[in-house]
Amino acid sequence: MINRRDFICASTMAGLAATLGGSSVAYASAPSDNRFVMIILRGAMDGLHAVPPFADRDYKRLRPKLAIRNPGEKGGALNLDGSFGLHPAFNDLLPLYNNNELLFIPATSTRYRNRSHFDGQNFLENGTGVPFGSKDGWLNRALSHLNEGDQRLGLALGSSIPLILQGSSGVQSWGKSPFGELNEDFLMRLTYAYENDPLFSSALSVARNAPQIEGMDDDGTKKKRKKESVPLFAKATSELLSRNDGPRIAVMEMTGWDTHFGQLTRLNKLFKQLADVILQLKSGLGPHWQKTQVLVVSEFGRTAAENGSGGTDHGVGGLAMFAGGNINGGRVLGKWPGLSQSALFENRDVRPTTDLESIFKAVLLNHYGLVENIVEDQIFPNSRKLKSLTGLSL
Amino acid sequence: MSDVNAFIALNRFGLGARPGDLETVVADPVGWLRAQVSTHAALAPALNDQLSSSDIVKDIFSVRKKKDKDLFNKTKKKYRKHFKSELARRMGHMVTTETPFAERMVAFWSNHFTVSRTKAITGPILPAYEREAIRPHVFGKFEDMLQAVTGHVAMLSYLDNTRSIGENSVRGKRRKKTMNENLAREILELHTLGVNGGYSQNDVMEFAKTLTGWSFGGVQSRKGKNKKPIHGDFEFFDVTHEPGSKTILGKTYQEDGVNEVKQVLTDLASHPSTAKFIATKLVRHFVSDDPPASAIRQIEDVFMRSGGDLAEVSSALISLPEVWGDPIPKIKTPYELIISVLRAVDGKRIPSYVLAKGLISMRHDPFNAPSPAGWPDVASYWMSPEALMRRIQWMKTVSTRISGTMKPEILLEQTVAPVASEQLRFMIAGAPSADVGAALLFASAEFQRR
Repeated sequence: MINRRDFICASTMAGLAATLGGSSVAYASAPSDNRFVMIILRGAMDGLHAVPPFADRDYKRLRPKLAIRNPGEKGGALNLDGSFGLHPAFNDLLPLYNNNELLFIPATSTRYRNRSHFDGQNFLENGTGVPFGSKDGWLNRALSHLNEGDQRLGLALGSSIPLILQGSSGVQSWGKSPFGELNEDFLMRLTYAYENDPLFSSALSVARNAPQIEGMDDDGTKKKRKKESVPLFAKATSELLSRNDGPRIAVMEMTGWDTHFGQLTRLNKLFKQLADVILQLKSGLGPHWQKTQVLVVSEFGRTAAENGSGGTDHGVGGLAMFAGGNINGGRVLGKWPGLSQSALFENRDVRPTTDLESIFKAVLLNHYGLVENIVEDQIFPNSRKLKSLTGLSL
Repeated sequence: MSDVNAFIALNRFGLGARPGDLETVVADPVGWLRAQVSTHAALAPALNDQLSSSDIVKDIFSVRKKKDKDLFNKTKKKYRKHFKSELARRMGHMVTTETPFAERMVAFWSNHFTVSRTKAITGPILPAYEREAIRPHVFGKFEDMLQAVTGHVAMLSYLDNTRSIGENSVRGKRRKKTMNENLAREILELHTLGVNGGYSQNDVMEFAKTLTGWSFGGVQSRKGKNKKPIHGDFEFFDVTHEPGSKTILGKTYQEDGVNEVKQVLTDLASHPSTAKFIATKLVRHFVSDDPPASAIRQIEDVFMRSGGDLAEVSSALISLPEVWGDPIPKIKTPYELIISVLRAVDGKRIPSYVLAKGLISMRHDPFNAPSPAGWPDVASYWMSPEALMRRIQWMKTVSTRISGTMKPEILLEQTVAPVASEQLRFMIAGAPSADVGAALLFASAEFQRR
């Protein structure tokens, strides 16, 4: 819900927009001073590893090697609500959870039910319910209804703009070096184009799956310089979103989540990095944190059971994390489907019970005050049966 | 299939198509290439207003002699800037040239006779070295190039010959100095016979003796009555030359001062091992990482029969049946790749720091080869996963800078259309934006190959 102070601010800006640009607010909702950061974990994050359902007796059966120990045990999960725990690498986020600034929604998914990164991420970002259903992103369409999109309220990090932010609304981008990190969308397209060339396709595939090692950011020159990186982007995001005339909606991307092998160490590091990003956003945004929502999602999840190489494979049901000063946190939301064999989706994945689109709608309707018809007709067409998740915002 | 032949001419032998090139070349790809086998083309008159190596070396050594640190640093800075600007000119020429085959040959020989920026003083003259020692001979005689390169200040400095002093020379006896065999070894191993070309360690030592005294003005101390003005050209120093006859590959060369090396080089240039070594490298460069023996033999024969006439050798390369087969067997080097992107976008301004960053991060900045052997000429060297990522990243970056000015489908038609896969066409047609489409094109295997 928009609070009174935000509403006043929004009204003022809407008035200004109307003065400058004409008939902007006939049916579009007012622009907002609220902040929204979407963090896309590309490669499919393992929700069961991030927020282990330690009370589910099937959890340890499915994951003899990967399961996080019970709360209280050495290296065990951090207890959230007696049923779910938090991976210990997220330890620094626990104060946020206890302060109702963090919540988790297990068993989430878009409507996409297959397991291709390529399609899944496109689906997540284009918002039409079909992979490659549109050439613009749903967040970009949403931006066009915030002050008619002419304020460049969107922010992309790095030299490339993720599909979710692509479209007719101008967005800002911030990058450090002339070389940006490549987004998954692009690499997937290239992977397809390389299909007939074994040399290129294998080189690209290896490069994409290479574990990312700290301190290996030698850029070929002798100079040590701070290269574009997730922590740097987090810092830039909080800095830019704090500015009075800065962007309001940012999309950050993190890669490396496709943990078919070596999951324990890789996720340990990635979880820590993700925690740092969220903490950086909170500290960097300062007082604006109270007007902020941070949504962490992935294109889908991973198999309920571990595989034979210390990892997990692509699966449907995943995990959404929601943080910020303007959320009703300190909870684990949604219906837990359980992990018994009969409960699993297609006998292998966590069965999704919450649609990611419902969370997206909640952000647009409640945090930004967009009107329902726009959200339903233009931003997420053909999705009326996916109801906005209520009670997320304060 | 003649459009494929146009593609081959423009890429295997050229530096990529500019808009319109495919249509121009399609009528007669072989004729288009033959017309470029011209010393005038290789000389690149557009680059001839640059400073000579002689002027640069003379200036630097004169300043060094004055022992004025500020002036010396200022001079170094001046020539660093000069070096950069000459590299930019060279690159600009390669982007706009109508004779890209000649430029490819220049690049091939420049890499064959690599000099690298390891010496601070001779660093600034490396582009001049290419103009003075390589370009005039690219379609001339191999021997002339070998002679010019070996006597050039850049090579003498790079391979340490200025430090080589004959043990029995006037100065050697006085100072108990000895030879440096680096240049002799590399000429045998890398420039002429090849590592399996039939020479021994003794041949290296004997050849090194002939090379003693080969140096340049300004290097050696000039005291007393020998005092001469500093200059930046080749100079033979009798006082460091090893006296006596030398026997190399079974042939005895009588003591003849500066002329010994010239005789040795003449013999090396016409040696069958040299013909085979050069032919193998050329075929590897223009045909395949695994050069077919029949093609090597043909080039080798032409090299021997013509007395190392590189115009004839170049024409023979064009005539090899193998080169008109598989259109994309080779990987472009990063430099070739960057040039071909710039050609494809027809001179759209890309800031020089973006170009430099690309060349450095892809480890192919000019005159900075990792060893005297030059850059390797096989995909396994250039195409590590990390290297591919850097290529792709660079091209993605560049594409955002030309976005909106070029339609990806049109770029494709103007460059790789004759060899484009269905997948590539599909991805480019479905690209979410023009810059992504252009990036996909440049990053494609078809565009990165030749």
